[in-house]
Amino acid sequence: MAWLILFSPLIACLLITLITLRNSKLSSWIAVTALLISLGISSSFFLKALLTPHWKPMELSIHWITLWSLKIEFGLILDRLSLLMLMVVTGIGSAIFIYSLGYMKEDPGKSRYFACLSLFAFSMLGIILSNNFIQMFIFWELVGASSYLLIGFWYEKDSAADAGNKAFLVNRVGDFGFMMGILLCWSFCGSGLPERTFNFNQIQHIFSEMVGAGLLSPKLLVVAGLLIFCGVLGKSAQFPLHVWLPDAMEGPTPVSALIHAATMVAAGIYLLARLFFLFDASPTAMTVIAYVGAFTSVFAASIAFVQNDIKRILAYSTLSQLGLMVLAMGLGGRLEAMYHLTTHAFFKALLFLGAGSVIHALHTQDIWDMGKLFKKMPITSITFLIGTLALCGLFPLSGFWSKDEILLLAFEKNIFLYRLASVATWMTSFYMARAFFVAFLAPEKKIHHPVHESSWTLTGPMIFLAIGACIAGFIHIPEFILGHDVLESHINLPIAFTSQAMSLSGIVIAFFLYAYRDAWGAKKLKEIFKIFHIILSRKYFMDDLYNGIVKYIQQNIAVLCHLTDRNLIVRFGVNGVAKITKTSGEFLRFCQTGRIQTYALFFFAGITVIVFVFILK
Amino acid sequence: MIPLSYYLILSGILFSIGVLGILIRRNAIMILLSLEIMLNAVNLSFVSFSRFSGNLEGQIFVFFIMTIAAAEVAVGLAILISIFRNKKSVDTDYMKSLRW
Repeated sequence: MAWLILFSPLIACLLITLITLRNSKLSSWIAVTALLISLGISSSFFLKALLTPHWKPMELSIHWITLWSLKIEFGLILDRLSLLMLMVVTGIGSAIFIYSLGYMKEDPGKSRYFACLSLFAFSMLGIILSNNFIQMFIFWELVGASSYLLIGFWYEKDSAADAGNKAFLVNRVGDFGFMMGILLCWSFCGSGLPERTFNFNQIQHIFSEMVGAGLLSPKLLVVAGLLIFCGVLGKSAQFPLHVWLPDAMEGPTPVSALIHAATMVAAGIYLLARLFFLFDASPTAMTVIAYVGAFTSVFAASIAFVQNDIKRILAYSTLSQLGLMVLAMGLGGRLEAMYHLTTHAFFKALLFLGAGSVIHALHTQDIWDMGKLFKKMPITSITFLIGTLALCGLFPLSGFWSKDEILLLAFEKNIFLYRLASVATWMTSFYMARAFFVAFLAPEKKIHHPVHESSWTLTGPMIFLAIGACIAGFIHIPEFILGHDVLESHINLPIAFTSQAMSLSGIVIAFFLYAYRDAWGAKKLKEIFKIFHIILSRKYFMDDLYNGIVKYIQQNIAVLCHLTDRNLIVRFGVNGVAKITKTSGEFLRFCQTGRIQTYALFFFAGITVIVFVFILK
Repeated sequence: MIPLSYYLILSGILFSIGVLGILIRRNAIMILLSLEIMLNAVNLSFVSFSRFSGNLEGQIFVFFIMTIAAAEVAVGLAILISIFRNKKSVDTDYMKSLRW
């Protein structure tokens, strides 16, 4: 049964691409059904784990590749951590699949879309269920590939095709580090044992023994931890590899919701949680991770201030929230980070679906073209509002609980990082309120064709996710992962009050700046803070910096390499050998006269020479 | 008794005649004949060695060479006939299509 969780989306993908590609309606239903099957099986496991007090984690595996002493398995790991992620991916995934039924209804590439989406679901479930490094790396790359396919889904559009390339290439940079990290880990784990392994549990076991015996130098641990963290930098889009995520918004909106908000970018966080033992052994690596997370959180939130594209605002907000999760991981809060990952998946997917519903109705992504949507699209507006408030972390929505845990953790561990995280919280509520007020409350700037509420396939998943965004916080994830009572929760009042005050102040300021006609914020703010506006709207020139690096440094090196290759290696090496062979052949071919007597002459001459040589000897 | 060297010199002369015939003659039949002369030169030295060492192995060898030479001539003549049918000539100057 457990295998079916993983393989049912793959079967759907194969069925669609091989058989039902022409029938888009059937294809879409195959994909939805397959994911619902996964959801059903994973929820049965989840409920069992939730309700059984002493539930034992399971591990199924088969031998896949055996090379001398190296054994690579293909296996599934079913513990509380992976069950939680399974529920997030299949649950939110199902909502988004159903939403896609409505959203992609008219698209000519609908079958292809659902095939790619199923492939993505397969690879994401593969990452979650992997029980060893190699399998995880393969699925890790598959996720990258399916994300590439989906970002560039509308490949006729240059910007979408470029965004797909960018996402793939940037991810490759991170994955290279990840791969080196895996090899490094492998090289020091169990080098003396008769059988080498990639299995997480076994590595954890060996690792803890080696650390306990003091066999591993701290420097090695830092390097290994940071190399594996490179993979997280790429997939979870942390600074400095964050540049691909905002561009990935070129894909269809449900894709942004599923891949670039709820699941794929969470894979990095999941990896950190899965390999927590590795990072935990090295305080330096943990500190670096925490600071990278905190920095990304504030950095991305500040860019979101000036974005006008509703999806890009949400993208930067995703970066910022992922930064918070990484920060929590860096401070040793594996459980807190997973908690925030879960709640964030609900409300961020909800926000994206809401944005998708608006885009579907209005055919624009610019928040300044929207306005006064509350009356025309009540369900979308209310669910979007719930998502916004949950993201701002207002009591008692889900964002409050998880964000508070992270803030509390930061407060206890590192007061500077706590301040950064609080600033990020304030910024989050400000830019989200700005987006909400401009798009839904402020008077409309352009007159559109009559706008209606979207159909049930769009609103249904949104309502489901809105309910999730309200109540997900009450299921106390850290206690679930530890196997305790999940309804137990604790609030630290001063921290909670501070964060509530920060969030509310952000919302109120945004209200006064943006909610009216001729609102002050829309027009004058830009001119007053002109320099800041330029810096922020150019995204701190990060894209320009990378372009510059590629254009002036990488390009020149490439030209140099090309010229060396052309003129030295090819001309004298490869072509040189060919030329010598050819020229000697040109002359030697005259020896072959075709006349038997010439051959006989050479033959006897040769014999004569040989005989003379022997005689003289 | 005629010494062994006489036989060997005769055999060497016959062999050289055969080689020269192969190299110089342009008529394929003459080349085949020269080939036979060479073979027989070798036979001669076999027989004489056999005689002088009192060992019969050389004579047995000669019988084999004779049979094989007969077979070889049969094949060679068959090839020559088919070449003649194609080219209307057995002159080796015309047989040079097997080249670059």
